[in-house]
Amino acid sequence: MKKVFSRPGGLTDTLMRYCPGCGHGIVHRIIGELLVELNIREKAVGIAPVGCSVFADEYFNCDMIQPPHGRGPAVSTGIKRARPDCIVFSYQGDGDLASIGTAEIIHAAARNENITVVFINNAIFGMTGGQMAPTTLPGMRSTTSVKGRDIKKQGYPMKICEMLASLDGPYYLERCAVDIPKNVVKTKKALKKAFNNQINGNGFSLVEILSMCPTGWGQTPVQSKRWIQETMSKYYPLGTYRDQSKEAE
Amino acid sequence: MADKRLMYGNHAIVEGVLAAGCRFFAGYPITPQNEIPELMSIRMNEEGGVFIQTESEIAAINMLFGAAAAGKRAMTSSSSPGISLMQEGISYLAGADIPVLVVNVVRGGPGLGNIAPAQSDYYQATRGGGHGDYFTITLAPNSAQDLYEFPKLAFDLAEQYRTPALLLADGLLGQMMEPVEFSFKPIDPESLPEKEWALSGCSGRERRVVRSYDLKPGKLEEMNVRRFEKYDIIRKKEQRFKAEYCNDADLIIVAYGTCSRVSGAAMRMARDKGLKVGLLRPVTLWPFPTDVFADLSKSTENFLVVEMSCGQMIDDVKLATECRSKIHFHGRPGGGVPTPPEIYEKIEKILGGAK
Repeated sequence: MKKVFSRPGGLTDTLMRYCPGCGHGIVHRIIGELLVELNIREKAVGIAPVGCSVFADEYFNCDMIQPPHGRGPAVSTGIKRARPDCIVFSYQGDGDLASIGTAEIIHAAARNENITVVFINNAIFGMTGGQMAPTTLPGMRSTTSVKGRDIKKQGYPMKICEMLASLDGPYYLERCAVDIPKNVVKTKKALKKAFNNQINGNGFSLVEILSMCPTGWGQTPVQSKRWIQETMSKYYPLGTYRDQSKEAE
Repeated sequence: MADKRLMYGNHAIVEGVLAAGCRFFAGYPITPQNEIPELMSIRMNEEGGVFIQTESEIAAINMLFGAAAAGKRAMTSSSSPGISLMQEGISYLAGADIPVLVVNVVRGGPGLGNIAPAQSDYYQATRGGGHGDYFTITLAPNSAQDLYEFPKLAFDLAEQYRTPALLLADGLLGQMMEPVEFSFKPIDPESLPEKEWALSGCSGRERRVVRSYDLKPGKLEEMNVRRFEKYDIIRKKEQRFKAEYCNDADLIIVAYGTCSRVSGAAMRMARDKGLKVGLLRPVTLWPFPTDVFADLSKSTENFLVVEMSCGQMIDDVKLATECRSKIHFHGRPGGGVPTPPEIYEKIEKILGGAK
């Protein structure tokens, strides 16, 4: 018998505590594979956010740090400037990056800081129990918008890639999804590019990933994948928002 | 003879930080400490270090978190409102046992307050300042010379005990010019030993994790108890103070920073008039030099605490003397600076006139 599929070397043997159907596990696996494929595991320093993926510091098989909510890009900046040879990635959710950490992500992007940011957008505060996030869609229900997000009272969602693309600084901005295999493959390609950009010293890369949260959304895993395809990706269109490597050609 | 120069207090900090082997600064402009980032931006460039003007004090303290977790000496400077913004980060640094240097050139508060010198951040500096059970080593300089020498002391202590360290200066110390002797050989950053806990990539070793949390039942309690065992050692071994004419004193003035300079002049006025007055200057505010107070309170009837606040350190004096002596207070809050005659007047009132 030949073993054809196993846990990538970039992940530890720890049992992950994510809910069934959650997108974090898929993205973790992609990063775990890339840490090995790009031969960067032994010089990587990862940043675990505050949120469901706070436990990423136990899951990624590399040096990890767990900073205050939203401050990943600032902590990444400190590590990268102190040790330019390290490959630094900041893994953040939408509460972390698009709400409390907006100042840090905007300025890291504006400085074109040579780091890689993995931004999980699941339109909800997962760990705290499904409250409205800055990315919660208009009309979408959450535990703090039980009748659906009312844009008159609660305003509009944040479109991070579009917003950061208005800056001159960032090198690479891409929005992907992990709903269907085709998009998972594209996500891996984007993350590979984002890490390679850092390896080559190009500067700031952010990959936003639309990711399922069946528990927070009150859906089954299958329904939540469909919801990304039919609803969420209409509001947050997938694609490249900035790629200075192409602009240079 | 060591090189000697006339310098602003704020500039002395910059040279002291560089001489301490620190090559990482992140900070945000705020008066009255702007001379620090301004000179730092030039000097870090000359010395091949990192200077980042950040988007906020919150970003600054978190950049320190990253740089220091990566094993490098890292510092920031700010003034009171900015230090308030950093408290979340300082709490995380304490919780993750990461050494950094934070300089607070204190100004009048609360709120926006004013830009005049003050000592009203004493509670914040000596009680942890942010959320959770923790302390930070806090040094109180009172001259430009101290401002040059204390960054090295602060980094050494911070690294020895793996804790953030604070330098509590004030607007007057930062803005005044004094001669500074470059009293020690500058440290080559490359000569500093690698830390066995630092994040640098896990090549050839087990991976490392820097974090301030543990959700497993009982684990955080264990972590905190261990940290307080460390604090007990610091309390025993690192109390620092300067005492002048304390042994025969009927009254001991207790003052740190700028107030200790002014109080020194008041003490000399009193001694000239035959009053037995001493001066006890805490150099470490945390750990507070409790032992010397415990000793002196057995033989001294009066302590006069002088602060540029409505009275914060006075609590520690009361605790350290265990209320054996009479504790008097003279305070100038909101940017006021006491003068030697007004302190002397207070002394006269307590001791009942010149002898």
